[in-house]
Amino acid sequence: MPVPNFETVEVTTDILICGGGMAGCGAMFEAAYWAKKNGLKIVVADKAATDRSGAVAQGLSAINMYMNTAGGERTPADFARMVRNDMMGVAREDLAFDIARHVDSSVHLFEKWGLPIWRDAEGKPIRSGAWQVMISGESYKIIVAEAAKKALVDAGGELYERVFIIEPLMDGDRIAGAIGFSTREEKIYVFKAKAVLANMGGAVHVFRPRSTGEGLGRTWYPPFQTGSSTYFTLRAGAEQTCQEIRFVPVRFKDAYGPVGAWFLLFKSTATNAYDEIYTETRKADLAPWAPYDSVKPLPANLRNYQGILDEVAGKGPLLMRTERAIAALAEAYAGDEKAYKKKMKELESEAWEDFLDMTIGQANLWAAMNVRPEQMPSEITGAEPYFIGSHSGASGTWANGPTDIAPPEYNWSGYNRMTTVKGLFVAGDACGASPHKFSSGSFTEGRIAGKAMVKFVLENNTQPNVDPAQVEEFKARIKKPFEIYEQYKDYGTTDEVNPNYILPRQYLFRLQKIMDEYAGGWSCAYSTNKVKLEIALKLLEWLKEDGEKMIARNLHELMRVFENQQRTWQAEAHVRTILFREETRWPGYYFRTDTPKMDEANWKCFVNLKWDKENGWQVFKKPVINIVD
Amino acid sequence: MPAFVIAEKCDGCKGQDKTACMYICPNDLMVLDKERMKSYQRDPQLCWECLCCAKICPQQAIDVRGYADFVPMGSQCVPLRGSQDIMWTIKFRDGEVKRFKFPIRTTPEGGAVPDGGYGPGSKANDINDQYLFTEPESAGFDLATLSLK
Repeated sequence: MPVPNFETVEVTTDILICGGGMAGCGAMFEAAYWAKKNGLKIVVADKAATDRSGAVAQGLSAINMYMNTAGGERTPADFARMVRNDMMGVAREDLAFDIARHVDSSVHLFEKWGLPIWRDAEGKPIRSGAWQVMISGESYKIIVAEAAKKALVDAGGELYERVFIIEPLMDGDRIAGAIGFSTREEKIYVFKAKAVLANMGGAVHVFRPRSTGEGLGRTWYPPFQTGSSTYFTLRAGAEQTCQEIRFVPVRFKDAYGPVGAWFLLFKSTATNAYDEIYTETRKADLAPWAPYDSVKPLPANLRNYQGILDEVAGKGPLLMRTERAIAALAEAYAGDEKAYKKKMKELESEAWEDFLDMTIGQANLWAAMNVRPEQMPSEITGAEPYFIGSHSGASGTWANGPTDIAPPEYNWSGYNRMTTVKGLFVAGDACGASPHKFSSGSFTEGRIAGKAMVKFVLENNTQPNVDPAQVEEFKARIKKPFEIYEQYKDYGTTDEVNPNYILPRQYLFRLQKIMDEYAGGWSCAYSTNKVKLEIALKLLEWLKEDGEKMIARNLHELMRVFENQQRTWQAEAHVRTILFREETRWPGYYFRTDTPKMDEANWKCFVNLKWDKENGWQVFKKPVINIVD
Repeated sequence: MPAFVIAEKCDGCKGQDKTACMYICPNDLMVLDKERMKSYQRDPQLCWECLCCAKICPQQAIDVRGYADFVPMGSQCVPLRGSQDIMWTIKFRDGEVKRFKFPIRTTPEGGAVPDGGYGPGSKANDINDQYLFTEPESAGFDLATLSLK
């Protein structure tokens, strides 16, 4: 298409929610209630269709955070302790406790809205682990979006779908809104708001995936999570935290189907090629990470590390022993043919539903490979690293804690989940040091932020100024990829090869290669060191410069241009943070070969960083303060 | 397994400005070719295979073919999503066919009531405290009873 003639659409609101995933739905649901009471307006912008946007788009087979506190099962303090241990001592217990005290409310609402939660004959939820409950969750996101959208409409709010938010609009040190473009029409959206929530997910495709052909898109976390939250909050000047705590999921090889139900519900073991259970034979290898080597459950990264050691030693493949798990489960029915058959049918259906609810590609891969899990094991392996603050990774923005329990160091503003930038809030994958919240906790964190934003607006009820120059600058920026293409497209006769520009797809491959080879991707067994990281920074600098020459030939490709820029900022934040932290604390996520030990004396702290135009990047420490015993 | 459109079955959602698959794809991959009145998947390398497109297609015109770089050929995973259940037909490479039916929701489509029947929450009155909408009734316990120990 020729250079688009973008029309500018201006929308003024009190509250702007950027992103319509689980956290975004939680925020619209909660903010709607308090905004309606106080006569405030809410606007939501979503890059996709809210019914299927965000990480829960495909569905889920479990809710991974449910306390059942009223049922006497878990308490918020239990949860905060588990999070602290899984993160090797570095987590914000105030944020974790806060989500845990509200999450049951959210899960109970999901069930009332129509989400089928598995329950036993007595009505108790069926757990697949200490914190998880099994669900029939194909339509999880549709159901949650339905309730959230109803609440939004009832409060007079507006939802803009297929609007891709790029830059924060600033009025001095206060956020004034956000700017983005439609991926379907030639329109720029200028949202002016008194408070803005960034909940635009984590980041995928920063590191090179294991499959780089057609299977490029079969990442474990969705490929449409592109670092929007990190980019947006960094550009607003907000402090980041835990940007070194990436997540490496060990999943069924290639299609990345979930292993949780196999390990926890079906009680499966995993072995190496020599039939050794590596979590047992590699126990001693974890000693340098004491006391975390003996906590239960074992931190995810330490379990990963044991498997990585075996793979590096040439003892792979790692095998999920599905056939043994099913045989063991069926053993109880030996001698009763009819009951045995019934149980086997039930187990088969549960195993397939686990995949079909959330990773259909894994079901298809099993069918394509004639896998009958009761007859044969299946390979598992570590995926490429992802940035996901809601799972067992913790990257995200540094947020104010709950005002009733946060220590002063974590309560600088009096507004829960507000960042270090006035009026800018975060939730879900965007909120750092607050892991293990998963889908239900992300929704809950959105609720917490939704209420706090209403409080902020009531106490700061002025519309910040938006400098029209910011809008003009943005307009020029999104036209540029089209203009470069128009200017140079006839220079050669092969569209993809031109010394004057770079295609977004090739830029993406270049980023992934840098990160994989120098910042500890899967091809290096997740290892890196200072020399490699410094090379990564140099290569990223050239990449960013060349990023100014990315082209777009339609609005879809324009989206890819900006997604790549977001990923690049995510990459740089990550490299700078792991370079700063001179130890190896999460060996199964990344390993600094030059500082291979955990150093409790110097590094039991957060590493935070921020960026601004005048000073560039600043990286520094922040204290870990325990609030639970 | 990238999604693709079976040409014979697709009717372009009968000439509306956008098709159901275009509406729903979270990665903006489905496009309506207005000349042929058929939609197509524009970037197989970036398909997450969530099958949101196949599940919403009124013509069941969308199927998947396993990622060519690691999936052996010949399998199929076909969803048929109703208002309460989803039916799956799984075809193995060796020809075996398995069928599964799972519930997807317990309320009628459009039947979710935001407050879940809990009401606004007897303590959700003050913008300055910690109680959220529908609390404490929806939680089943009072926040005030929790301890940091």
